[in-house]
Amino acid sequence: MLLEGKKLLITGVLMDSSIAFHVARLAQEEGAEVVLTSFGRTMKITQTIARRLPTTPPVLELDVTDQEHLDTLADRLGEHVDHLDGVLHSIGFAPQGAFNFLEATFEDVSTAMHASAFSLKSLAVAALPRMSAGGSIVGLTFDAKFAWPVYDWMGVAKAAFESTNRYCARDLGPKGVRCNLVSAGPIRTTAAKSIPGFEAFENTWNQRAPLGWDVNDPVPAAKACAALLSDWFPATTGEIVHVDGGVHVMGQ
Amino acid sequence: MAQSEQEILEGLAEIVNEETGLPTDSVQADKSFTEDLDIDSLSMMTIVVNAEEKFGVRIPDDEVKNLTTVGDAVSFIAKNQG
Repeated sequence: MLLEGKKLLITGVLMDSSIAFHVARLAQEEGAEVVLTSFGRTMKITQTIARRLPTTPPVLELDVTDQEHLDTLADRLGEHVDHLDGVLHSIGFAPQGAFNFLEATFEDVSTAMHASAFSLKSLAVAALPRMSAGGSIVGLTFDAKFAWPVYDWMGVAKAAFESTNRYCARDLGPKGVRCNLVSAGPIRTTAAKSIPGFEAFENTWNQRAPLGWDVNDPVPAAKACAALLSDWFPATTGEIVHVDGGVHVMGQ
Repeated sequence: MAQSEQEILEGLAEIVNEETGLPTDSVQADKSFTEDLDIDSLSMMTIVVNAEEKFGVRIPDDEVKNLTTVGDAVSFIAKNQG
């Protein structure tokens, strides 16, 4: 099995439409042991949804903007797993104000940056004490090379996130830990539906994708995450794998 | 076994009470989740997920926006219970 015996920390499982839910499901089906994280009021939802996985995993509290949560993560993980082989970062947040490019305040932008970009570094550092050579960190982005409709400062935060991935690759590489991203096309998750005007992405993607694109199917992105968490990309780091039906290489 | 609409209403009221602290007798069929009961989107998600577990139904995300009142939710659950 692809992930036989792997121990994985998976963030971002909210509903069973979450990409992270499908990563956790595939990982368990492929032989991995999984620990989830959630925080605050979403803890109860994650705990309920976790019971819909093949095996119910523990759910740790982790707000990636809370330094105490980060500082204690490695110890708290120790109650469930003796080490970690992989981490999925499936976290993003921006206040509504960040989705209006010209009107957004720096407070809106800094919140988006903290939760959506800096958090990759924070999570990597917090998990690192449990990781060793061969470890893999995987995050989810939305192609930050372009100015998209409605995405606005979240798009800028994703550009920072993609750069953070490259610096994580630089600084974790000597420890044998890889860091890569999956750039997924639009998927109708809870996160996506919280973006005002998300339909603007949905309507054109399928037409532009040479392979076509189903906004209701999180599995292709989840499979790519599982592959990057596995031993089958041993010399790949700082990379962004596009799982978007091919849209990123098409001219208009 | 399918439950009556009254039983579903009572079960739903317990879920709402657990999530929001609202008294169960305030959860009536004609009440709007947002306008009358002041339930925000995150609480609504929690209520939906717990209702799915309790009543053995799937409430698709696209359906949730149509469930304006408690009565809408009760009817949807009654109609879709296995």
